[in-house]
Amino acid sequence: MTVTTQAVEELSPVKRRTPLADTWENLRRSWGGMIGLTLIVFHVLLALSSPYIVPQDPQLMDAPARNEAPSTEHLFGTDKLGRDMFSRSLVGGRVALVVTMLGTALAMTWGGLTGILLGFLGGKTDEYVMRVVDALLAIPWLLVLLLIISILGTNPWVQTLTFGFTYGYTAIRVARAATLDYVTHEFVLAARARGERKRTIVLKELLPNVLDVLLVDGAMTWSWMLLGFSSLSFLGFGVTPPTPDWGFMIAKNREILAIQPWAVFGPAIMLSTLIIGINLFSDALAKALGLDRSQGAPV
Amino acid sequence: MSKNLIEVENLSIGYYNKGGKLVHVLKNVSLSIKPGETLGLVGESGCGKSTLGQAMMGYLRLGSQVMEGSILFSGKDMFGLSTRDLESIRGNKIALIPQNAGEALTPTMRVGKQIIETLELKTNVSGAATKNRMIELLGQVRLPHPEVMAERYPHELSGGQQQRVVVAMALAGQPDMLVLDEPTTGLDVTTQAHILELLRDIVAELGTAMMYISHDLGVIARVSDRVALMYAGEIVEDASAAEIFKSPAHPYARGLLASIPRLELAGIPNSMPGQPPIPGSLPGCSFTPRCPFATEICSSEPPELKMILQTPHLVRCHNWEKVVATDFSQELKDVYHIVEHKAQDVSAIELSDVEITYHQPNMIDRLRRTPEPPATVSDITLDIKRGETLALVGESGSGKSTIVRTISGLLPAKSGVIQFENCDLTVNVDKRTMDLCKKVQLIFQNPDASLNPRHTVAEIIDQPLKLYFPKMTRDERRARQIELLERVRLDGRYRLRYPGQMSGGEKQRVAIARAFAAEPDVVLCDEVTSALDVSVQAAVLDLLADLQQERNTTYIFIAHDLAVVRAIADRVAVLYQGRLCEVGTVDEIYSPPYHPYTETLMGAVLVPDPDTEPKLLASDTPELAPPAKGCAFQRRCPKFINDLCDEVTPPWQYPQDEDGHKIRCHIPINELLVV
Ligand SMILES: Nc1ncnc2c1ncn2[C@@H]1O[C@H](COP(=O)(O)OP(=O)(O)OP(=O)(O)O)[C@@H](O)[C@H]1O
Ligand code: SF4
Ligand code: SF4
Ligand SMILES: [Mg+2]
Repeated sequence: MTVTTQAVEELSPVKRRTPLADTWENLRRSWGGMIGLTLIVFHVLLALSSPYIVPQDPQLMDAPARNEAPSTEHLFGTDKLGRDMFSRSLVGGRVALVVTMLGTALAMTWGGLTGILLGFLGGKTDEYVMRVVDALLAIPWLLVLLLIISILGTNPWVQTLTFGFTYGYTAIRVARAATLDYVTHEFVLAARARGERKRTIVLKELLPNVLDVLLVDGAMTWSWMLLGFSSLSFLGFGVTPPTPDWGFMIAKNREILAIQPWAVFGPAIMLSTLIIGINLFSDALAKALGLDRSQGAPV
Repeated sequence: MSKNLIEVENLSIGYYNKGGKLVHVLKNVSLSIKPGETLGLVGESGCGKSTLGQAMMGYLRLGSQVMEGSILFSGKDMFGLSTRDLESIRGNKIALIPQNAGEALTPTMRVGKQIIETLELKTNVSGAATKNRMIELLGQVRLPHPEVMAERYPHELSGGQQQRVVVAMALAGQPDMLVLDEPTTGLDVTTQAHILELLRDIVAELGTAMMYISHDLGVIARVSDRVALMYAGEIVEDASAAEIFKSPAHPYARGLLASIPRLELAGIPNSMPGQPPIPGSLPGCSFTPRCPFATEICSSEPPELKMILQTPHLVRCHNWEKVVATDFSQELKDVYHIVEHKAQDVSAIELSDVEITYHQPNMIDRLRRTPEPPATVSDITLDIKRGETLALVGESGSGKSTIVRTISGLLPAKSGVIQFENCDLTVNVDKRTMDLCKKVQLIFQNPDASLNPRHTVAEIIDQPLKLYFPKMTRDERRARQIELLERVRLDGRYRLRYPGQMSGGEKQRVAIARAFAAEPDVVLCDEVTSALDVSVQAAVLDLLADLQQERNTTYIFIAHDLAVVRAIADRVAVLYQGRLCEVGTVDEIYSPPYHPYTETLMGAVLVPDPDTEPKLLASDTPELAPPAKGCAFQRRCPKFINDLCDEVTPPWQYPQDEDGHKIRCHIPINELLVV
């Protein structure tokens, strides 16, 4: 019966709407998606503006006021060095946000394109490269990250490259799987028969079709990467102190959890709202694009 | 008069679209079927046939609702029943046979087991009796060796055999009525003809009523006692099969019948302009914009479905009297027109001894020297003239697409020569010059798959323009896009549409425009009209013929519909299992002497005339690979000669001269002349 109704709808006057506009339309209707998007926008705006709006200098150590409970002066209290936890929580996501956003873009670009190319080429190349990718995926990612960063140091650029590189493998798999659905489609055959170059086929024919899967996967990769970055930071491999960072803040202030829980809650709330926001958004995005969330899940 | 088994009364089904507006799918549909009667339901795609079929089973598409009316099955209201009662009617009293048999079967379960499950669920047969009944059912649908077949998995059966299993499952509960939704669409002509004969026999034997849904008027003519014609969600004519095919009284029926290519008539039929509107969107008759008989009243007053003459013949038309007054058979003769074009006596593409195989021997095969299986396509020698249309015909798996893909460089040839203006076409497309790629273009069967869903029409047509004419500026390309769209008779404003916003016929036109954007010398058409409605098919054929005339293009045209081939081709090559059986001009192929395989194909063609019976010669058991030696057709040939056909490759025989008609068979020409 689907067929019938679809055909009927096809005959209705043309809607001059691009797929993008359609997606936005669907997204707008979803509560989760809008909440997610709001959280994300809030965090991005905060990261941009926080240095100028914080009530106190986040690095200022006010020795007499250590481990203070929340007050009107220190909304989240202070840590054991007497720094204002509210200000630190506000700015504590800046490095994480920049590193993971760039890292995600990098991962999706190189991983996505490699995946599409492999799916398109098929044959021996695909087989061998995928074996390497599978082998790399078998190593626990935290170990890989720790290894690379302990060698190369905690420079944010190095971190961006490292994250972008390691999270690219999952993007390869996702993009390749999505591409395999399309390579046998006749429009790809038509492009090959026309004599189009491989680059054109990958970029113009295949990429637009797997883009939705990649976008959803990218959103999820971002949230995984944030967790990854915070874990590293928790272990002391994130940012160089005294620059504040949520993960590191949580790690350091665990000791005073009993006396000053807000020193942990503050950064934890910030980190989790961002991650929840990203997840809500990617869920809604998947729905708006008509994808099954399971397709976009990292391995 | 016996009582009706099912009665659809004034049924309207609709759904609310995103904007909250009511969209009708069916509008005031009334029809009835008596026990043992077969009603054929025809109409273009999207006119609501499947919706009606599903509604008869008590199914509604998610979001749709019954606006008014009812369906009474043996006096019970299908939409008033509880789910439980409905479930017990479905399969037991009324069963559905869908289009895609493969999908209806569970891939991981042996077919015998699946039938047994249905039996246990739907009937009170139990114990050892179920197995016997299962075997009996498989025998009833004429599967050879039912015991062996029962042990197979669906993928081990051919499409036709799968369809038979689905029929057997539907018959399990001994239903009073079958609803069949395009059950043979997508099957080979021979398989289709066999399945239809089977259904006819079963209905006659068991007294089952059928509602047979199809867009193929040949099929409808073969199975139906009565025919209901649907247009834009309404029944517009309802009459006995004989009447509707001989003297249709609705202009839409006439239009449809006049747009079918015919086996016995050369030339391309008239196409019907336009496409169906959304049901209920026009104030008067839905057919007005396309109707040659339309008068003033038609655009304001919706016509009633009324009984005409004395016979039970219902028509929904204000001007039916005028329609009936014009002689249909005379009208039919005038619509077929031949588009004149001259093939030159210069070769465009020459194939000699071409052999193509999918087999790739691995290391072990090479070490063990395993003998290679016979090639998928072998021994193809054809000379295609410039400006000519050569049709490749044969059943599914006969290697038609394989040959065309090799010519376009997507598949390598194993051996042989393919020559095009001194260029070698056996090489892969990567190794061809851009100029060569430009000259040979390919159009596919399914426009849904051959147009990138993410590109607008402008982007789609721009691709070959950018690729082959790099010097063109943006504005020149834009102008050219519009010109090309106009040539395929689409408005220039279509540039901004996405494939999802167009109908099947429009999409296929865009695909044609894309191919012609390259200004090709040779166009390879792989089943370009088989996914289209008859009304659109004629227009696409016409378009192809016109384009050919303008540029003297050479076509290689793959089709399984012999009537379509007759309409458009100059010469025909008949293929079986990748081997040529017969080559000749259209007139030579469509008259005796026939190759036994050509004769089989011709016999299976269903024509839109209820009085013509198909002649089923060979069995429809498909083969997976060509035989190792002898004639390719030996295993199915009704004229098989023992110890000769299975041993010796038959010679080419020439009824006239060596350049013309040729038939590859051991039987002498004068015997083949006797049909
Ligand atoms: N990729 C493949 N690998 C192995 N065998 C294949 C492959 N593609 C096709 N074949 C086989 O080659 C034979 C010819 O196939 P082909 O698609 O050319 O047939 P066709 O005449 O175009 O059929 P249809 O009418 O169904 O399109 C069939 O037996 C098919 O199973
Ligand atoms: S009512 Fe008028 S427009 Fe409709 S089919 Fe009859 S003549 Fe044509
Ligand atoms: S050669 Fe023999 S098997 Fe082949 S078509 Fe002729 S009679 Fe039939
Ligand atoms: Mg094919």
